[in-house]
Amino acid sequence: MIWSIAWRNVWRNRLRSSVVVVAVTLGLLAGVFTTAFMRGLSEKRIQDAIRTEISHIQIHMPGFSDNTDFSMFIPAASGLADTLNGIDVIAAATRRIVINSMIASAETGTGVMITGVDPGQEMRVTNIHEKITEGEYFRDYRSNPPVVIGEKLAHKLHTGTDRKVVITVTDIHGNTVQGAFKVAGIYRTDNAGFDERNVFVRFADLAGMTGFHPSGAHEIAVRLHETQETDRAVGMLRELRPDLEVLPWQETSPELGYLTSAMDQYMYIFVMIILLALCFGIINTMLMAVLERVKELGMLMAIGMNRIKIFFMIMLESVFLSLTGGILGIVAGYLISKYYQYHDIHLPVQWVEGFREIGYSATVNTITDLPMVFIIALMVIITGVVSSLFPAYKALRLNPADAIRTDN
Amino acid sequence: MNIIEIRNLHKVYNTTHVPVYALNGIHLIFKEGEFAAIVGPSGSGKTTLLNIMGGLDEPTQGSVTVAGTDIFSLGQRRLIDFRLQHIGFVFQAYNLIPVMTAGENVEFIMHLQGRPRAERITRTRELLTSVGLADRINDRPNKLSGGQQQRVAVARALASKPRFILADEPTANLDSRSTENLLDIMEQLNIGEHITFIFSTHDPRVVRKARRVITIEDGKVSQDQEKSSGS
Ligand SMILES: Nc1ncnc2c1ncn2[C@@H]1O[C@H](COP(=O)(O)OP(=O)(O)O)[C@@H](O)[C@H]1O
Ligand SMILES: [Mg+2]
Repeated sequence: MIWSIAWRNVWRNRLRSSVVVVAVTLGLLAGVFTTAFMRGLSEKRIQDAIRTEISHIQIHMPGFSDNTDFSMFIPAASGLADTLNGIDVIAAATRRIVINSMIASAETGTGVMITGVDPGQEMRVTNIHEKITEGEYFRDYRSNPPVVIGEKLAHKLHTGTDRKVVITVTDIHGNTVQGAFKVAGIYRTDNAGFDERNVFVRFADLAGMTGFHPSGAHEIAVRLHETQETDRAVGMLRELRPDLEVLPWQETSPELGYLTSAMDQYMYIFVMIILLALCFGIINTMLMAVLERVKELGMLMAIGMNRIKIFFMIMLESVFLSLTGGILGIVAGYLISKYYQYHDIHLPVQWVEGFREIGYSATVNTITDLPMVFIIALMVIITGVVSSLFPAYKALRLNPADAIRTDN
Repeated sequence: MNIIEIRNLHKVYNTTHVPVYALNGIHLIFKEGEFAAIVGPSGSGKTTLLNIMGGLDEPTQGSVTVAGTDIFSLGQRRLIDFRLQHIGFVFQAYNLIPVMTAGENVEFIMHLQGRPRAERITRTRELLTSVGLADRINDRPNKLSGGQQQRVAVARALASKPRFILADEPTANLDSRSTENLLDIMEQLNIGEHITFIFSTHDPRVVRKARRVITIEDGKVSQDQEKSSGS
């Protein structure tokens, strides 16, 4: 019966309770939607990074990542790449040469990471070829080997397609060598920083220029059919080649590895702040509800309703009040998030450039997460309980004899 | 058998200015089956006395023994339970929970006592019938007149099967017809079912119905008069 009394008590002052319910609804709608939005944003960032930048797994000689020494190459890498291409969880594997270098146009120069790729295989691992905005993903020129550069770098170098750039690298003997390349294509990813730093040439051209072993590689990049298979595939590859360093994407890019969990933590803090703000509204409403019912509460104590039950009743009222709005907000937020899971959210144009600078794309889909929704619902219940403590304490301090006196 | 023994009861309210001596040495004994009125001018201490008899407020000095139990030796928690099990209350106003129907108000006290649902439901219907409100069982208090609300309160007080019912000015807010009606019902319950009623009033028509009239003035019993029944 106490449950039903508490529920009806919530609706004694319909307007006042409705205001709180609406506030809680909006707060949680915002909380749930923002959570799903941020999840989507970070998941998109991770998938984009895997697809265009780092691939699922990278294989190097041990220690290569720490010092990109020319000599640290995987011998007989082409054979290994062929083997990998035959493994079922692996969608494709490709060899690369990776060297720090200088690139210069007629006007200016800068330091970049130059990657020698086998275009045919590379296209099966990363999707830079889909990001070409001008020119094409490698073509043959009569005079010079082709190079593909990022849009940001092209701007920086004041260069464009079909124009010449000079790349300076150190060869395997430690001599500085220079080569003139022609810009075959300009790409643009969602990560402007990546575009500025990464230059692609053909494996054979770079190997020829530097004397790199034609069947070796600094790096083998592996794309899997499913991101969830990463751990399993890494285990397999480590077993296959214990002499090599096999890095999953989370280790190639630790900040991406932490992104989801860090984002989740921020979101919980965000929701907690919303609930904290709502908490004051609920406390205020509950306090009013207690103070205007002093005589009734005194009567209940007088006839023998004990303090635990009074406390429980007030706590339930507070929980019902917050949970009504909480459930409405969570359900609405969940449905809206579900909708935008399948329909793109286009970020406002004025944000897009700024987002691109830090690697985020202009369209986002929300990602809904049922466990998170339940945790948020639990947080709402806790908020209701916490909000009831002070009003309930006020109620329990009532002296029934004073409370029911009619002559005051 | 004595159901209430009041010995040397004193109550001093410590207000910010001067202490108020509300009760100044009250001795009273009530027996089972009484129908007693406590009368006296406003401020004489009627409410204070009933509150202390019911264990709602503590005396400054003296004791109240209900059916052999010194109620102020029980401690707060057990005292609340003692009230729930042994004492029925009817107040001047604010007796009922406005969000509950008449039936639920009656049933609720049995729920607090932990009685089984089937018993609660039959007893609620019986009690509302005995106060003439069987047809209002599903109405909320705001649909009932003041007199009907007080009758529900009497039914509620009876529901817990208390040793006695304390009623502080139960008719003060009622018109004369409702007053008479409520008193008739209380009298029937007293005679027919031996329910002990102790009520305060300053309404002479109510006093006339009582079989014992205790007058208090300045916190003291100035007169304690038994009438033969049916006067
Ligand atoms: N809580 C209180 N604090 C201070 N004085 C009180 C309080 N309650 C009652 N009194 C005083 O005690 C006296 C007796 O009051 P009360 O028992 O209400 O009398 P009655 O019910 O006969 O009108 C009055 O003088 C009243 O002002
Ligand atoms: Mg009084």
